[in-house]
Amino acid sequence: MPVLDKNGAQVWRRRTSRESLVRWFGWLIGVAVFLVCWQRISEATTWFFVWDAPRIAGDIWTRATPPRWEYITQLGRPIWDTLNIATLGTLIALCLAVPVAFLAARNTTPSALFIRPIALLIIVSTRSINSLIWALLLIAIIGPGVFAGVVAIAIRSIGFCAKLLYEAIEEIDHTQVEAISATGASRWQVMAYGIVPQILPAFAGIAVFRWDINIRESTVLGLVGAGGIGLQLSSSLNVLAWPQVSLILVVILVAVVISEWVSAKVRGAII
Amino acid sequence: MSHRELDDMLGKGWRKPHFIKNPALRWALLAGFGAYLVAAVLTIDVDWARVYAGLDRGWQFILSFTRPDFVSRASDIWAGLLESIVMTVAASVVGILISIPIGLGAARNIAPLPVYVVCRGIVAVSRALQEIIVAILLVAIFGFGPLAGFLTLSFATIGFLSKLLAEDIEAMDKVQAEAIRASGARWMQWINYGVQPQVMPRLVGLSMYRIDINFRESAILGLVGAGGIGATLNTAFDRYEYDTAAAILILIIGIVMALEYLSGIIRARVQ
Amino acid sequence: MLRLNKLTKTYKTGDQALKAIDLEVPSGQVLALIGPSGAGKSTMIRCINRLVEPTGGEVWLDDLELTGLGSGALRRARRSMGMIFQEYALVERLTVMENVLSGRLGYVGFWRSFLRRYPQSDVDEAFRLLDRVGLLHMADKRADELSGGQRQRVGICRALIQNPKLLLVDEPTASLDPKTSRQIMRLITELCRERGLAAIINIHDVALAQMFVPRVVGLRFGEIVFDGQPTQLSPEMLTEIYGEEDWEATIEAIEDEEEIEAAQ
Repeated sequence: MPVLDKNGAQVWRRRTSRESLVRWFGWLIGVAVFLVCWQRISEATTWFFVWDAPRIAGDIWTRATPPRWEYITQLGRPIWDTLNIATLGTLIALCLAVPVAFLAARNTTPSALFIRPIALLIIVSTRSINSLIWALLLIAIIGPGVFAGVVAIAIRSIGFCAKLLYEAIEEIDHTQVEAISATGASRWQVMAYGIVPQILPAFAGIAVFRWDINIRESTVLGLVGAGGIGLQLSSSLNVLAWPQVSLILVVILVAVVISEWVSAKVRGAII
Repeated sequence: MSHRELDDMLGKGWRKPHFIKNPALRWALLAGFGAYLVAAVLTIDVDWARVYAGLDRGWQFILSFTRPDFVSRASDIWAGLLESIVMTVAASVVGILISIPIGLGAARNIAPLPVYVVCRGIVAVSRALQEIIVAILLVAIFGFGPLAGFLTLSFATIGFLSKLLAEDIEAMDKVQAEAIRASGARWMQWINYGVQPQVMPRLVGLSMYRIDINFRESAILGLVGAGGIGATLNTAFDRYEYDTAAAILILIIGIVMALEYLSGIIRARVQ
Repeated sequence: MLRLNKLTKTYKTGDQALKAIDLEVPSGQVLALIGPSGAGKSTMIRCINRLVEPTGGEVWLDDLELTGLGSGALRRARRSMGMIFQEYALVERLTVMENVLSGRLGYVGFWRSFLRRYPQSDVDEAFRLLDRVGLLHMADKRADELSGGQRQRVGICRALIQNPKLLLVDEPTASLDPKTSRQIMRLITELCRERGLAAIINIHDVALAQMFVPRVVGLRFGEIVFDGQPTQLSPEMLTEIYGEEDWEATIEAIEDEEEIEAAQ
């Protein structure tokens, strides 16, 4: 917040003229970029459909309500499958994320030069790719079904959990670790007594957090054939059975609300 | 807390007290969880023959990462990637801009009750629905193309940022804001001087995080026709063109890493 | 029983934290280490059990030379040296019993320690120690539920259950109020007397040091500048160790405190 000298009088401005210029220029570029993007989107859009949209939306709404409640009897197995995809996927991911996190944390990695970058690479690559893409990939390899869904969720979750976990490992109080080492404990004992108790709350929180997100992601994996309620969604959409679609959406909403409630409760109990 | 006589305790075994004190509850939870796991694993039918046959294809895919093919479908890749980026930028800008008023409206200590309820409602709907489901609906309403993707991501951004912004505002230091109010400032000035400086750094950080997520999401929206590189990726998988698919995945990972790096720099600057 | 032979520690930045220290501590002797911040007191203590690696010199514990030991032998050697920390360094989420028993980690295999199945003799010793420091009724409380003084007492138990020959004590009273500080110092020196332990106590409160220990070593810029009895600590001596200050006030304070002690 500089004080400037203007024609002999002292003036206070929020920014120096140079800063103002840079800011103004930055805004200009930002707006220009946005307009370019908007234009490209516009070019690729059939605006005729867009003007027709409210009518179509209204049409879908009338067809979709009321939802076809009887359909729920056919949803029992898909709901069970979705739950399993999320839970088993999260469990497998956690088992694998723990060693990866220890290899990636600066204070526990055996080799900062070789092993840590590899662990970080694993984390980045599994995080960057959506579980849906992993599902596509796995279905091409091992065929459609719930198993592909479980593995897809597991792979995606490894990166997410390992990243949060290794950040927690790097933040531990190192004097507690020092104290345990000073008693003559072996490397594994130091880990079990000095490190693990400190990261246990973080670990539990991360596990439940990811499980909650995975429930949401599992519901749509069926759209590409990886099992769960997404399969019903996909087939209902294909035949434009809107009342079924709306019922499935309601079920998904309820599942998400329940899982979020469970997640909040468990995380509250851990602290 | 009674003083236990030392002699009573000597010679008696000691066990670590359990996390869940009530043994009935503890065993019930363990047994229940065990039963669930068994049931879940049994109900997943895995066609092991198919998996085994697919492993070879899986290995081919992993190998293709060593020789990614950026060239043969270069124009498709470039067009798809550009579309994803354009969608991300436009949706992030619009999403961030709109989430500011909605975030303000969803903060109990700023907004009057009806505004609060409406804004919270919008946030809840946005967060409950998975992006891809929203994308499917918007494609049905607005037609194929990046417009639907842009709208999907904007909506998701609003839900994400508004909630976190509102939570931040609700947790802010009251005293700083009150001081501004006490000076007789109007509502807008109060927001600009009292609220904004406190939440701005976190808003910038969260926005960067959301841009990262938006880009990752934009990669899959193409699967349902909402524009972006997802469609190109899907085609590559369908055609078993693993080298191209690997190239696309590498590009996605690369861009995500670049965004993360950028986000780190910007967040450090803003703090 | 402990002999430091030209112990040196030079950091990569070029700082010489310890300059060829020679020190001998006979068995059963408690000595206090005083000196200004940055003199190298903490470094010296940590070099003895190699939490910090010395860059030169030798550390002899009875007939064992510590600086050349491999990791397995070092672990075994560390069992004979109990360490007490400034900020207690208890594992906060574990209970008092687990923290005390963790002193036996050097003697117990991984799986037994993981499953918390310590030998009954260890458990009994833990009970006895906790009773000795007056914390037996808190055996199953989590460490972070304890006050500062209580935590330090648990830290003392953890060090003692190792059955060490030597206690390395790093600023045990820095985070404690004056009354608790005195209690802790008294506890440490009494326990050393009872068990015939040698101890090196790194302490910044000169008055406390003079009250409880028979030998004081003064460190300044990584070198020993004083080694003698507390009564020999004159104001001139303290100036040499710490720098210019009104030392009369510090020393006189002891006599007042001794009167208060006697009155209690």
